Amino acid sequence: MNRLSRRRFLFASGVTAAGALAAGATQVHWTELFAAAQTNPLRPDQGVLVVVTLYGGNDGLNTVVPAGDPAYQQARPELAYQPHEVLDLGDGLGLNPGMTGFKSLWDDKRLAVVRGVGYPVPDHSHFRSMAIWQTASPSTSVPTGWLGRWLDTTGDNPLLAVSVEPVLPPLLAGQHGAAVSLPVGGLKMPAGQLGAAFLALGGTQAGDSVATARAARSVVDLQDAVRVLGGAVHGSLGGTVPAPAQQSPLADQLDLVASLVEAGVPTRAYSVSLGGFDTHADEKATQQRLLTELDGALSPFVQRMRRSGRGQQVVVLVYSEFGRRVAANAGAGTDHGTAGPVFLLGAGVRGGFYGTQPSLSELDNGDLKESTDFRSIYATVLAKVLSTDPGRVLGDYNGRLDSVLL
Amino acid sequence: MANLDESAAVRRLLDRLGFGPRPGDLAAGFTATATTLLNPVPDPAPPPNLGAPVARPGTDAAARKQAAQAIAQQELTLVGWWLDRMVTTGAPLTERLTWFWHGHFATSEQKVRSPQLMLRQNETFRQQGIGDLTTLARSLIADPAMLLWLDAQQNTVRAPNENLARESMELFLLGIGHYTEDDVRAAARALTGWTVDRTTGTARLAPRRHDGGTKTILGASQNFDADSFVDLVLSQPASPRFIAGRLWFRLVSATPPPSDVLDRLAAAYGPTRSIHALLTALVAEPSFIDSAQTLVKQPVEWLVGLLRALGIRPDQLPAKALLAGLRALGQVPFEPPNVGGWPADTAWLTTSAALTRLHLAELVSAKADVTSITKVSTSARPEAVRRLLGVDAWTARTMAALAKVTDNPRALLAIAACAPEYTVSQ
Repeated sequence: MNRLSRRRFLFASGVTAAGALAAGATQVHWTELFAAAQTNPLRPDQGVLVVVTLYGGNDGLNTVVPAGDPAYQQARPELAYQPHEVLDLGDGLGLNPGMTGFKSLWDDKRLAVVRGVGYPVPDHSHFRSMAIWQTASPSTSVPTGWLGRWLDTTGDNPLLAVSVEPVLPPLLAGQHGAAVSLPVGGLKMPAGQLGAAFLALGGTQAGDSVATARAARSVVDLQDAVRVLGGAVHGSLGGTVPAPAQQSPLADQLDLVASLVEAGVPTRAYSVSLGGFDTHADEKATQQRLLTELDGALSPFVQRMRRSGRGQQVVVLVYSEFGRRVAANAGAGTDHGTAGPVFLLGAGVRGGFYGTQPSLSELDNGDLKESTDFRSIYATVLAKVLSTDPGRVLGDYNGRLDSVLL
Repeated sequence: MANLDESAAVRRLLDRLGFGPRPGDLAAGFTATATTLLNPVPDPAPPPNLGAPVARPGTDAAARKQAAQAIAQQELTLVGWWLDRMVTTGAPLTERLTWFWHGHFATSEQKVRSPQLMLRQNETFRQQGIGDLTTLARSLIADPAMLLWLDAQQNTVRAPNENLARESMELFLLGIGHYTEDDVRAAARALTGWTVDRTTGTARLAPRRHDGGTKTILGASQNFDADSFVDLVLSQPASPRFIAGRLWFRLVSATPPPSDVLDRLAAAYGPTRSIHALLTALVAEPSFIDSAQTLVKQPVEWLVGLLRALGIRPDQLPAKALLAGLRALGQVPFEPPNVGGWPADTAWLTTSAALTRLHLAELVSAKADVTSITKVSTSARPEAVRRLLGVDAWTARTMAALAKVTDNPRALLAIAACAPEYTVSQ
C-alpha cells in the first residue's frame, strides 16, 4: 500500500489531479452552510476543533524557552533569550517574549503546553515531515489526511470541515471527499454593471464540460459567499469585536472562524495557518515577529470564544512540522530539527505542562529526542472534541493524552 | 465524443503547445500550425540583468535586510523577464516546455535563494526541453539550483541524504511503485558528493565526498554515479509511459489517456527518448482534438495567454499588483509550492480565484488597445472581443453576461477574460 499511497497523498496535496481536493473546494454552497446553521445548528455537546498549522518548522526551543539552562545558552549564543526576557511558566521554561496573550491564557489555566512532541525516526524534509503530521502516519505514506479520514467516518458531509486557507491542506483530504474551502478576504464584489456582468458568468449551461461547469460554479459560489458572508470577516455575523483596520491574515482567518462558530454553523473542524517559520538565518527577530503575530491573532480569538456558549466548545491545536536543531548554525539561524511543543487552547483545555521537556545534553545527532507522540494528541481531540473513536482514524495507534482536556 | 472543428483544433494546439493565439494565429490550418509549433526557430533573447549574486550578509540586521531586499528585487526582475518571454516569444513551444519542465522538476527560489541559479536552470529547460530526456535529466541531476533545493549538498558518503534520489525516481523520471526503499537508499549513494559554489554558480563533484562503491539499484549492480543512475532509471520499462503520462496531464487533460494511447506515445519517444517525437505523436492522436479534452488553464497560462492575445507586455502593468495577483491565485513562477509542482485541473477553480482573476483582468484590460471593439456597434462587440481573445464561440450564458457591458469596452474585455470558456481551454 505504501508505494501507491504516497502518490495518493501527493494527489491530495495538489501534485496531480486532486480529485478529492477539487470536490471539496467547490461543491458546497455557502448558503448550504448557513441553511445548516438554521436547520441543524451546532449542538451544545458538539466540540469544535480549530487546527493552526505553522509552516516551515517553528523553533520550539525559542518558543517555550529553557532560558535558564546553561546548555541552551551554550548551544546558541547569538540566538538565546535570557531568563529575564521570557515569560515565566515555571519548570525552568518561559514563553517567547512576543507571546503575552498566550501568557495570560496560561495564567487562566486555558493553555496546555505539550512538550517534546514528535514521532519516531524523524524526517528533516519539510514536505515529508508535514505529510507525516497531516496524514498522522509516520512510517508509511497514506493517501488521506487525519481529519479527512475523520470526515470519511462521518458519512461524507464536507460541511463538517472547513479550510480557511487559499489552498486546501492535505490534512483535510479524505478518501471519499474533502473539506470545503472558503476564501477569507476579498469578498467585496465589483459594483454596478461590471459586477452584474460578472455574476452572469455563473450558472449552468448545456454542453459544459466538467471543468467549464466548475469554473461557472465558482462564480455562483462566490456570489453566495458575498451575499451570506460578505461582512463576516468584519464581525457583523454576531461578532462583538470589530476587526482592526489592518490585521494579519491569520487574524482574518480566525475572525471568519469565530463568526461561523457563533452563527451556529455545524462545522466541527477548521483549518487555518501561518507560514514563514523556516528560519535558517537571522532567526531571532523573524521568529519573534511571527510568534507575536500568532499571539496577536490567536489570543483574542480564544478570549472571544470563551465569551459565548458555542465558543466554549472550541479547542485550538497549534503545531508545526518539526522543531529545529539545538545548536545555532553559522548564519544566526537553525537548521531543520525534530520534536517541538504543541499548544492546546480553549475553555475546555486543562492548562499546564504535558510531556517531558527533551534533554539538551542527550541529543540524537544534534537533535532533541521526542518524548510525546503527536498522535496521542490527535487521539485525544478525536475522542473528546470530535466524539470519534480514534481507532477509526489512527488505526492501531492507541496512545492518549486525555488529561489535557476537561 | 465529438471532434473540434479545424479552427477550434488550431486554437487548441496554440493553447496547449504554447500560451494561446496571438492575432492572426488562427488563420493557418491544423497541420501547418502543428508543424510550425513543433519546429520552433531559435528565439534568442538577452538574459535579464539580475546583477551579481547577493553576498551572504553577516549578522548585522541592516545588512541582512539590505541583502533580502536586493534578492527580492532580483526575483522580481527574473519573474518579469520570464513572463515577458512567454508573452512575446515567437517560439511558443520552447517556452511552454520550459514552463512544463519547471513544474515537473519543480524547484523553488524560496529555498534556493539565488535568482542567478534559478535562471541558469530555466535556461537549461529552454535549451534542452524539446530534445532527448537523457540529456535534460543528466543536466538536472547536477543542476546547482536543484542540488540546493533537494539538499544534495548534505548527501555525502559519510551521511547520505535521500531527498534527490527519492524524488528523481518518484516524481521526475520513473513514477511511484516502480522502485523500493532499498533502491532509494542505494540511489542516494550514487548521488553523493555534489557541492554548489554560489559565487560562481557552478556544481562540482567532490570525489572525497562521493561513495565510489558498488550499488545495487533496480536490480543492477555497479559503481553508479549521477549520470549512470539517470541512464539506469530512464531505461526502466515504466519510465517512458510515466513521462508520456506527465506530458499528457499538463498539455491535454487531467484525465489519463487510455493505455493504447500511452503505448503509442511511449513508442514514439523511443530509445532516443525524444520529447519532440513524443509531442509529435501526441498531437497526431485522434483524441487530441476530442472536444472532451478540456484543460483548466493554470493562472500563469491564463494571464500570459491574455497578454499575448492583447499584445501587452508585462512591464506595462504595475509589477507589484501583477505579482500580488498571481500570488493570490496561488502561482508565482519560480515558486512552486513543493517538489511535486503545482496543483492541476479544477483545484484552480475556487471562489476566491474567480474574484482575483477579475481583478487581474481589469488590470490588463486598462492597458489594452480596444479600438477593434469601440469601432463597431455595441451589438457587434461581443463578436469583436471573441475574435480578439481567439475564443471558439461564446455560450449563451457568456453572451448574456457580455450584453450587460457592451457600452464599456474595457469592462467587456475583462468579463470576456473571465468567461468559463476562456479560463478553461476547450
